[in-house]
Amino acid sequence: MLSAADIHVDLAGAPVLRGVSLTARPGGMTVIVGPNGSGKTTLLRALTQDLPCRGAIRLDGDDIAYMPGWRLATRRAVLPQASRIAFPFTVLEIVRLGLMAAGSPPPPGRASDALARVGLAGFEGRFYQELSGGEQQRTQLARVLCQVWEPVGPDGARWLFLDEPVSSLDIGHQIEVMDRMADYAARGGGVIAVMHDLNLTAMYADQVILLAAGRCLAAGPPAEVLTDDLLSRAYGCALRVNTAPPAPATFLLPHMARRVG
Amino acid sequence: MAVADLAGARLRPVAGDRDRRARRVMLALIAVLGAVSVLSLGTGASGTSLWAALGKLARGEEIGLREEVILFDIRLPRLAMGAMVGAALAVSGAVMQGLFRNPLADPGLVGVGAGAGLGAICAIVLGAALPFALGDTLGQYLVPVAAFFGGWATTILLYRLSTSRGRTSVAVMLLGGIALGALAGALSGILIYMADDAQLRDLTFWGLGSLAGATWDKVLVAGPLIALALAATPFLARALNALALGEGPAAHLGIAVQRMKNISILTVAAATGAAVAVSGGIGFVGIVVPHLLRLITGPDHRYLLVNSALLGAALLIAADMIARTVIAPAELPIGIVTATLGGPFFLWILLRNRSLLDL
Ligand SMILES: Nc1ncnc2c1ncn2[C@@H]1O[C@H](COP(=O)(O)OP(=O)(O)OP(=O)(O)O)[C@@H](O)[C@H]1O
Ligand SMILES: [Mg+2]
Repeated sequence: MLSAADIHVDLAGAPVLRGVSLTARPGGMTVIVGPNGSGKTTLLRALTQDLPCRGAIRLDGDDIAYMPGWRLATRRAVLPQASRIAFPFTVLEIVRLGLMAAGSPPPPGRASDALARVGLAGFEGRFYQELSGGEQQRTQLARVLCQVWEPVGPDGARWLFLDEPVSSLDIGHQIEVMDRMADYAARGGGVIAVMHDLNLTAMYADQVILLAAGRCLAAGPPAEVLTDDLLSRAYGCALRVNTAPPAPATFLLPHMARRVG
Repeated sequence: MAVADLAGARLRPVAGDRDRRARRVMLALIAVLGAVSVLSLGTGASGTSLWAALGKLARGEEIGLREEVILFDIRLPRLAMGAMVGAALAVSGAVMQGLFRNPLADPGLVGVGAGAGLGAICAIVLGAALPFALGDTLGQYLVPVAAFFGGWATTILLYRLSTSRGRTSVAVMLLGGIALGALAGALSGILIYMADDAQLRDLTFWGLGSLAGATWDKVLVAGPLIALALAATPFLARALNALALGEGPAAHLGIAVQRMKNISILTVAAATGAAVAVSGGIGFVGIVVPHLLRLITGPDHRYLLVNSALLGAALLIAADMIARTVIAPAELPIGIVTATLGGPFFLWILLRNRSLLDL
């Protein structure tokens, strides 16, 4: 279980996160949503120690500030919002970097397996810099998957921290990747993702954290958080949530937001 | 049949896997280094033949004093120093490029060489003013150690300048490096003004940028620093690979980023400092060698660092051979040879690979 209590982050002298708490359980997907600049990336970076923050973050009860980096690397993998690579590495070489953190040497085909899982089979020899934005994003995802391949390790559940993992993917690959993440969670792993697509969030999240202006506006199952009132308040426009009659999943229509006249 | 196919697939290198090529290049470079070394021992203004001398030794005959001096006290230390300096320059270039995540970060280009030079000049000019005991203990090592500290301070300053929140700004690195280099050059100039005649002679010899003054003493002085730097590189290779993703992602892969940065900076400073201290600074090796190898075998530092050392050594020995022979019995400064060969070659590489170069 991952828990964060009362996280405060100041950037450039201004408070960006003002006391956010969250608890995420393995076996489910926790999705952080909120408008631009609400602090989603900042929260994810605080949770993964990319940013100094006030407040305690515990992984299965242990304060992660006191866990050595190599041990954390066997427990969690992090996908940043944007990735630029310094040298002309091939796709395979990038994905193999994820294996570096694995304790025991993995089977030889692991990197190619990971690429196949994100729909990039056969891309091994391409240069990363020569890929499209969506292909780069999926390459990074394959690298991250390689790092924590088995959802449960000897120390317990492993975690994926993903900042907008599907933001530049087409709808087919969005579904493919979200299915992978859901499957990872179903097999006992933990997934914490920042998302902008509220429909995908409603379809896949087990817990939704709604941020606005550096505070947590609501946290809970999608049906409780993705409501007309909360979303309209967070995003500053009229939104109406709806449910498609036969399916249990929530969906929403942006039509209300458009003011006529 | 199916099983054989599977086994075949396992053994065949996957596309995008350049490991095997890198290992073959490593073997080839070892052979080239050996060949160039033998060639270099056999060439020189005096026309002394290595083979004749070896033949005599093999037959158990005495070789003449003149031959012995030329082979063992002139050519051999010069060969050793060329190999050491070449390896040091190429490896410090490769490490610095990995650390700054940029193919243009060359110690010579961004002021580290000038910083090391300032250290060396300080030692030559101000060394006499040191408390007698300290000057005596350091002795021969004073110049390389001072060069090391000069390079170290410049590298740290440059890294602090150009990196904020884990991001290295290329513009700040290049421009800051130029500024630091100019500053170090100006301070060196002031020191040179202050030097007396004897010191000026030392400075001139030192500043020639050549291997001409190679002696066993110098080899023994620079050798340990360079050996230490080279010995650190195997521990840096994986970390530098991870660092290509950025500092944050490297930390998430379990790399102790701050520690590896410290080791990298020390490595660059030791290798550059020692090379500058004994050779006065030779350009282009640190930028051309790693760049060329990256094009052939990719940026994987597990191979890049070793291969850079091998190719850098072979290249400098070859360049020194050219420097010694084209206008024999006079000598060209080796820096002129590396620049005339390296400059156009580097431009050609750049033009051919503009699309893959990402600043
Ligand atoms: N390095 C920084 N220095 C100062 N302020 C920053 C810095 N990074 C982010 N901020 C500010 O912090 C706030 C939260 O940024 P954050 O990146 O967490 O937003 P986000 O919710 O991820 O937005 P988006 O949906 O656009 O990705 C923003 O107002 C941003 O301007
Ligand atoms: Mg963001």
